[in-house]
Amino acid sequence: MPEEILTPSFLHLLSPKWQSIRARATKKEKGSTGRAAVLGVLGVIFWMFIFGVLFRLLNYFKGVPEIGPLLAGKLLGLLLVSFFGMLLLSNVIAALSTFFLAKDLDLLVAGPVDWLRLYFAKLSETCAYSSWMVVLLAVPIFIAYGIVFDGGPMFLLVVIAAFVPFLILPTVIGSAITLLLVNAFPARRTKDILTVIGLLAAGGLVLLFRLMRPEQLARPEGFRSLIEFISVLKTPTSPWLPSEWVQTGLMSWLTHDPDFLPFYLLSSTSAAFLVLGAILHRQLYSKGFTKAQEGAEVYATQKKPSRLLKHILSPLGIVRRELVLKEVRLFFRDATQWSQLILLGVLVVVYVINIKLLPIRGGGVTFFVSNLIPFLNLVLAGFVLASIAARFIFPGISLEGKTMWLLRSSPLAMRELLWSKFWVGTIPLLVMALALVIVTGMLMHVTEFIMLVSVFTITMMTFAIAGLAIGFGTMYPRFETENAAQIPTSFGGLLFMMASIVMIGGVILLEARPVFGYLASRAFGAESSPVEMVIGFGLAGLLCCAATLIPIRVALTRLEALEV
Amino acid sequence: MIELTALTKRYGSFTAVDAIDLRVPKGELFGFLGPNGAGKTTTLRMIAGILRPTGGNVRIGGVDIAADPIAAKRILGFIPDRPFIYEKLTGIEFLRFVGGLYSQNGKDIEHRSRELLALFDLEQWRDELVESYSHGMRQKLIISSALVHKPDVIVVDEPMVGLDPKAARILKDLFREYVKRGHTIMMSTHTLEVAETMCDRIGIIQSGKIRALGTMADLRAESAHGDSGLEDIFLRLTGENAAREFVDVLDA
Repeated sequence: MPEEILTPSFLHLLSPKWQSIRARATKKEKGSTGRAAVLGVLGVIFWMFIFGVLFRLLNYFKGVPEIGPLLAGKLLGLLLVSFFGMLLLSNVIAALSTFFLAKDLDLLVAGPVDWLRLYFAKLSETCAYSSWMVVLLAVPIFIAYGIVFDGGPMFLLVVIAAFVPFLILPTVIGSAITLLLVNAFPARRTKDILTVIGLLAAGGLVLLFRLMRPEQLARPEGFRSLIEFISVLKTPTSPWLPSEWVQTGLMSWLTHDPDFLPFYLLSSTSAAFLVLGAILHRQLYSKGFTKAQEGAEVYATQKKPSRLLKHILSPLGIVRRELVLKEVRLFFRDATQWSQLILLGVLVVVYVINIKLLPIRGGGVTFFVSNLIPFLNLVLAGFVLASIAARFIFPGISLEGKTMWLLRSSPLAMRELLWSKFWVGTIPLLVMALALVIVTGMLMHVTEFIMLVSVFTITMMTFAIAGLAIGFGTMYPRFETENAAQIPTSFGGLLFMMASIVMIGGVILLEARPVFGYLASRAFGAESSPVEMVIGFGLAGLLCCAATLIPIRVALTRLEALEV
Repeated sequence: MIELTALTKRYGSFTAVDAIDLRVPKGELFGFLGPNGAGKTTTLRMIAGILRPTGGNVRIGGVDIAADPIAAKRILGFIPDRPFIYEKLTGIEFLRFVGGLYSQNGKDIEHRSRELLALFDLEQWRDELVESYSHGMRQKLIISSALVHKPDVIVVDEPMVGLDPKAARILKDLFREYVKRGHTIMMSTHTLEVAETMCDRIGIIQSGKIRALGTMADLRAESAHGDSGLEDIFLRLTGENAAREFVDVLDA
């Protein structure tokens, strides 16, 4: 069989991937053990948290006669349908990289590689890239279901039988969608379009979920009768979706009334889709791959806004102005960056809606509570700001990676670079933070004092969050990453979020005493101490200043010592 | 103009550049040759202030780059071997940005940018994003960016890679004219013919140490082969001619 010898095997095609993973895993870097330990501990805590919440909830459901398993099934269905949506989206985006933009493709396409093996190798890669997170999330969920409903050891095999085809289906569908899109548009354009579509879809989903107010489903008294409630629970949400098959199959096993039809459906459909996907790949891949090599974007300069911005920035001096202009241009021309504004918009809307729906006014709610909640709202606003900073400010230095040679060989002081990144990120963040706090404060009808405290705190916290983002972003850069959206999910991003949470907590704790004192004096006529206020707010301000300046100073030292 | 004193770079136990002493005077085009991994790029990146030396120092125009990096870099232009630039800037925006880094802007930079883009046949691409440029076009843009602020010293790593014959010729003439005006260029290259015809002096580095240094005549004398070309001298000095028999390799 000479042909067999000439064509590399499917496993051989994948070997560089697992060899790279192995090399990365065994490479000993400074601090890598500590890093792995922190990640491991956080991972276990996260798993235990999911498991704990679900375990309690499922035990509660189990205790409800008649509708208990139905509710548990419904919940599983909801989780699986969101998994399916996430998998589909991430597969579409991952397939673009693995099938069309990956650096190894020139080698593979130019080599004597059988098309079907290439398809399966790239499909496996796509599946692994886009499914690992869902798999990790699913583990504690299935364990909780298995334990609560006495699934037994065989439940593990049942889950594998259901979940593997469940992962294959969105991979095949997602890759096929990408294949069709690349044949219709050039790959670079497709990447932009996909990013925007993906984020719009994700944002829309979050918004829709919020507007549906799922918390009402947990209140059966909202339904006219129990029969209506049960009939709603029994109706399959989406009988054509694989998530529904997985749910039906697993719940049938867990309720000790096994139904094998869903498993047949899952395995036969995924097998059929694999065949169809392969046929489509054979027909369209080489045409699409050729197109992907061509798609350069032609750009016509938009002179007017650029000139206006240049004029506005002229007091900054030449170096700073050019740095800021560059930051703004790069941001708005990179779809992977600006499209994150869509998610941000959704996040803000959901946040404001949540505040509006808070039942903090009306009968039984005291002045004390209705003003304390807006104060605690600052914690939430801080988290929102930290997650925005993680997306937009944290990646700043990482994104300079490949062009660092230019900045380092020029007479640009690294201090200028860091501060320009700080201000470019902080000013829009501050405007948003103030708008968020003032709007939500007005929605909650807070007193002038609380409004003042909120404005002071959020301003100081914004500076601190931006400082931490610049600091951690420089201390843990990801120079090799091409997609800005992946940078915040790194280890440094995690540390930044943890540091921000600690800082926000510290500020609120320091301010809690004077605020509590003031509200108590207003509500119950107790004395409020001015000294306590000065100390509380002074220390909070100092903490924020330290959290702004120290990380930037450390980052500066790190940046100046950086060798690229 | 460029002075290296006991310049050393170590990565753990590996010494990439081993106590190099070198002086490139004003108005000289200096060629820096050596086999792959000899330490050329590391040396040039230390001169450009991108890498920090483990020992020794670098002076540009009399200024110690470690003591006053801003002043030293102000008179320096660096062209790296791999043309990574901001993908989402247009060619002209990139040149303006580089001008800005050297605190230069206004009509001079605009005029100079346009002249440079025209020289390298990039004028019609000036308003297009760098992501649509080919490797050679990026290289031309980087070369333009190193010249846009009129540096006194240019440090360039493999300038000819990816250039078309016309651009290569332009670059050679441009460099010769540049040094004629009293500026200094230090250039690494693997194209020995380029080094032989263009450079005033040549240094050959191997295993982090300078093996030979001087004009072509000096190098010929040092290798004890009066009429040899640079290729023969290079191979003799670096021991690269002790290659295996091709027949053995091809039959292996």
